[in-house]
Amino acid sequence: MNDAFDIRGESHIEVHKFRAGAIIIATLLALVIQSSFPIHFAKAAVLDLPLLVTIYFGLSRRNPSTGLLLGMVIGLLQDSLSGPTVPLGLYGIAKTIIGYLASSIGARLDTEHPAARFALTFAFFITHQGLIVITRRILLAQPEPWFNMHLIVAALVNALVAVFLFLLLDRLRKN
Amino acid sequence: MVAIPSRHKSLVLLAGVVVLQILMLAVQIKRDSQGRLIRVWTVGAVSPFERAGSNGFGWVRDTWRHYFALQNTTRENEQIRRENDALKLQLSQLQGKAAEADRLAALLNFRRSHAQVPMIPARVIGVSMGTASRTIQLDRGERDGIRKDMGVITPDGVVGKVVETYPNEAQVLLLTDKDSGVGAMLADSRIQSPVGGQGEPLLVMKYVPNDDTVNLGERVITNGMDRIFPRDLPVGTVAEIKSGNPFKQIRIKPAANLERLEEVLVLQSMRPLETKTEESPADAKPPAPNAATPPPAVRR
Repeated sequence: MNDAFDIRGESHIEVHKFRAGAIIIATLLALVIQSSFPIHFAKAAVLDLPLLVTIYFGLSRRNPSTGLLLGMVIGLLQDSLSGPTVPLGLYGIAKTIIGYLASSIGARLDTEHPAARFALTFAFFITHQGLIVITRRILLAQPEPWFNMHLIVAALVNALVAVFLFLLLDRLRKN
Repeated sequence: MVAIPSRHKSLVLLAGVVVLQILMLAVQIKRDSQGRLIRVWTVGAVSPFERAGSNGFGWVRDTWRHYFALQNTTRENEQIRRENDALKLQLSQLQGKAAEADRLAALLNFRRSHAQVPMIPARVIGVSMGTASRTIQLDRGERDGIRKDMGVITPDGVVGKVVETYPNEAQVLLLTDKDSGVGAMLADSRIQSPVGGQGEPLLVMKYVPNDDTVNLGERVITNGMDRIFPRDLPVGTVAEIKSGNPFKQIRIKPAANLERLEEVLVLQSMRPLETKTEESPADAKPPAPNAATPPPAVRR
């Protein structure tokens, strides 16, 4: 049976703890890199590092309450730094839900395998963009296309980056 | 009181947090407020790290471009390479500084040649988080005299306008953002029409009737009617023309390189700038006596 998608009882899944300050530092770094990197490497704008951090800590900590609260905080910080054309709550709502989903799935599946991480990040990226489009269209009455090819490419790139980024973040875990 | 089963607690929390944020969205729309206090705190807390990050990535990029990318060309002689590497590293740093000095010199020259128009040079320290907006963050703010709705340019052309100011930073909405727009006209035919963004690298010129003649490569300049930018600043060039109903679909390539902005100028005045024209000296004509007056009529 594939370990990556081994469905188990919640009590058998290991909940990972992190070193003190690891989540705060990783979040801050993700926001700073997201903001600074594309100035010098324009194509890096396709990455959504705050989302990847939300997904990683959701999958690892496996606690839906802390997952959704971390997603909310990261999302609201991203809203705050995106300028007044992005209302507070746009990324907040999307990342809250992603944080909840990631930690709920993390509590039911073993998500340590790179293939599982790739597939989950791809799905979460599409879901995240879908939530933003729903919020824009329904709550803000702003026209936004449901789908374009750029979305698929961005999801693939983010999923690929996530595989390596998550390995890096694994080093922040307490042994 | 009804007890919530523990397995549903997180679901209730999720619903509560999402509803709270939806209410927050509704309040912002209803009151047209932008949650300024939260933004001021967040920007104040994160911008020092953004400055450090921006400088750090700039150094890494310069080192990579001028040092590592050249290593393959010096394989033949390991000894010479070792001796050269140290010099190359120094050279790369100097080249980075020289490139920066060139850009700053261009800004300074531009500023000097328009000394009568007050403008503030600023460095880009951040870009928008995600694809929902196209903004940049500057390292100058209210304390430097930057105010909301001031125009932002480079010597190449229009960049955008200031949409939010903080004590030491300012956020600029780029021309390519969906909510962005600038009063513009075609330089040759003098047809006036707003130019706006679509969230893509190219801009769109709206409301040009199908029977008006527009040529590929024609320059688009500001018309000064938006009360943000003075007249005759370069906006871009016509890159694509298609017939539409009822207006032409015209796409504009921005004059300023909006994908790679590092230094910009914030205009503190609407006073017109004297811009270079692309006419050859032979074709150049003396300025008309009424050159400062607005164009005779809007053709649409």
